[in-house]
Amino acid sequence: MTPFTTLTAIAAPLLRDNIDTDTIIPSREMKSTGKTGLAAGLFAPWRYLSPGGRDPDPHFVLNQPRYAGARILLGGSNFGCGSSREHAVWALAEYGIRAVIAPSFAPIFAGNCIRNAIVPVVLPADVVAQIAARSGPVTIDLPGERVTLDAGHGWSFTIDAEAKAMLLEGLDAIDLTLKHAAQIAAFQRADRQARPWIYLGDPHS
Amino acid sequence: MTGRQPGSGQERALAETRTLVAKIWDRHVIAPLAGGADLIAIDRIFLHERTGAAALNSLRAAGRPVADPSRVFCVMDHIVDTRPGRGDQTLMPGGQAFITETRAAAREQGITLFDVTDPDQGIVHVISPELGIVLPGCTLIAPDSHTCTQGAFGALAWGIGSSEAEHALATGTLRLKRPKTLRVSFNGALPEAVTPKDMILSLIARHGAGGGRGHAIEFAGEAITALDMEGRMTVCNMATEFSATTGMIAPDEKALAWVKGRRYAPSGELLERALEDWRGLASDAGARFDAEIAIDAATLEPMVSWGTSPEHSIGIGGVIPASAPARALEYMGLAAGQALVGMKIDAAFIGSCTNSRLPDLRRAAALLEGRHIAPGVKALCVPGSMAVKRAAEGEGLDRVFTAAGFEWRESGCSMCFYAGGESFPAGSRVISSTNRNFEGRQGPGIRTHIASPELVAASAIAGCIADPRQYMRPQRRS
Repeated sequence: MTPFTTLTAIAAPLLRDNIDTDTIIPSREMKSTGKTGLAAGLFAPWRYLSPGGRDPDPHFVLNQPRYAGARILLGGSNFGCGSSREHAVWALAEYGIRAVIAPSFAPIFAGNCIRNAIVPVVLPADVVAQIAARSGPVTIDLPGERVTLDAGHGWSFTIDAEAKAMLLEGLDAIDLTLKHAAQIAAFQRADRQARPWIYLGDPHS
Repeated sequence: MTGRQPGSGQERALAETRTLVAKIWDRHVIAPLAGGADLIAIDRIFLHERTGAAALNSLRAAGRPVADPSRVFCVMDHIVDTRPGRGDQTLMPGGQAFITETRAAAREQGITLFDVTDPDQGIVHVISPELGIVLPGCTLIAPDSHTCTQGAFGALAWGIGSSEAEHALATGTLRLKRPKTLRVSFNGALPEAVTPKDMILSLIARHGAGGGRGHAIEFAGEAITALDMEGRMTVCNMATEFSATTGMIAPDEKALAWVKGRRYAPSGELLERALEDWRGLASDAGARFDAEIAIDAATLEPMVSWGTSPEHSIGIGGVIPASAPARALEYMGLAAGQALVGMKIDAAFIGSCTNSRLPDLRRAAALLEGRHIAPGVKALCVPGSMAVKRAAEGEGLDRVFTAAGFEWRESGCSMCFYAGGESFPAGSRVISSTNRNFEGRQGPGIRTHIASPELVAASAIAGCIADPRQYMRPQRRS
């Protein structure tokens, strides 16, 4: 996974509450069994003039020249609610989005972001609105847990320690967990005695 | 080896009263991790064809085996066709590959698969309880946000993304921060004709779609205890629409009676041991929750959504609030101050992991019996599992639905989310027993109103959004 330290980029505002993953990537745009080929379907219901079509809707923020090359999204509360589809995050990543700043995130979506090198930054709605009102690039300093504008205005945010470490170092969670293999095995030996009905592969259960 | 809590928590367990969530969490902790998370054991993993192939193929490409295939299950439910005579073909372009690749990957990994034509096929959160795969006190995860449904059995069950699914498959664990706890008490008795769907929609409407964020919910109170297991599943199902980590209900004798005799549940002496264990799971008297919400069940009424988030829901007798966001009103073709009763509908859908179980179908059929849906309304009933379908047919419910003008389908997620490539005509107004009224959820431009199966049935008959109480016959009221 690509490590994330500091990013300075254009931030595109989508300041609507409850933006759901069906809108971020509709089911009809999840065309392959893999994790790629999704960027074109990102925000398809809002980005294109017709369902399944590819004629850009000029009103949609990512189609506006001033937000060309945006790497940050500004969102409303409960961003990423709905379906657990990680395709929403894969589509954002493939499109080039590296961070979303919003007042709150749906929990599964936030977890999916962290596994895919996208930083979910939580800031109050009025701050997100202030950022959206400014033109010019936004800087996200993950080690310092700060968001700053070019004018020097800045706000601190907090992020879960493990999520921060994963993002900063681009760590693979499975690799980290497999270092606990001995503890996992010991747990299962004890648990198999305590709760044998859980272990379906055990001939004694 | 009894009474020992693996990992942390033993001392705390002895010293304090604990919640249901804490009891399950403590015994699943393998190791505390730096940063405040715990490495916790995952007892059951359920995959489906929408994302199963991606996760399994990605693991294989990384050279990582599935840690314990005996505790991994997979079902074809999300994009599988629900029209009679179905096979691997779907109306969704490229849909067949999801089915065939997931099948191949599941077989290769030795995972138990409920395939397209399996008599046990059905929506994951319907068949898992039917087969005794979810058990009280277990941890169960699936790459599906509605996995919280299964918390109705006193399990810690929640939805995850593909990466987390891969992690659980490869390691039998997840790295998680312990959620805060929220008890939602529905005190007193529900009024006549008010359903589990109305309970959960009321909670979300009152406290917002983000109201449960960061919390695992324990649903409690007389109105919850009085529900059958299917009703409890409906309530827990939409905990994800409340942005909660999960929703769950302490297992009581009703829950234990459900589990007994199911295929993957323990039997004999092992069952006796398990029952003893499960009877100790309920939150201790005096256990402290991080947050509490109390709702007087007697104040509830049949609910229906007007907007594009489940929080946009009102009582059937109400009007759209003045605070309604313009964008939602525009999409739905509605205005603030407007009533929903009498709003013409184009289609009606009964199905989904929220409301597709036998009692749901019985209650809808009770309204439909001897009646016909309004001209021009397209109506479908999609049973949640093939077992539900067979049981419903055994009671003659299929004939009630078809005589009333409903299509009667094979089981699956179906038009809850357009994944099978099937939809209603663009712009249709649909009354639906599903869980999400998002823009485009049921297809481009579709205007979805979510409600109970009874309200869907009543509206299908009326041809417009209708109060189910007007269609209930005195002898059917109970």
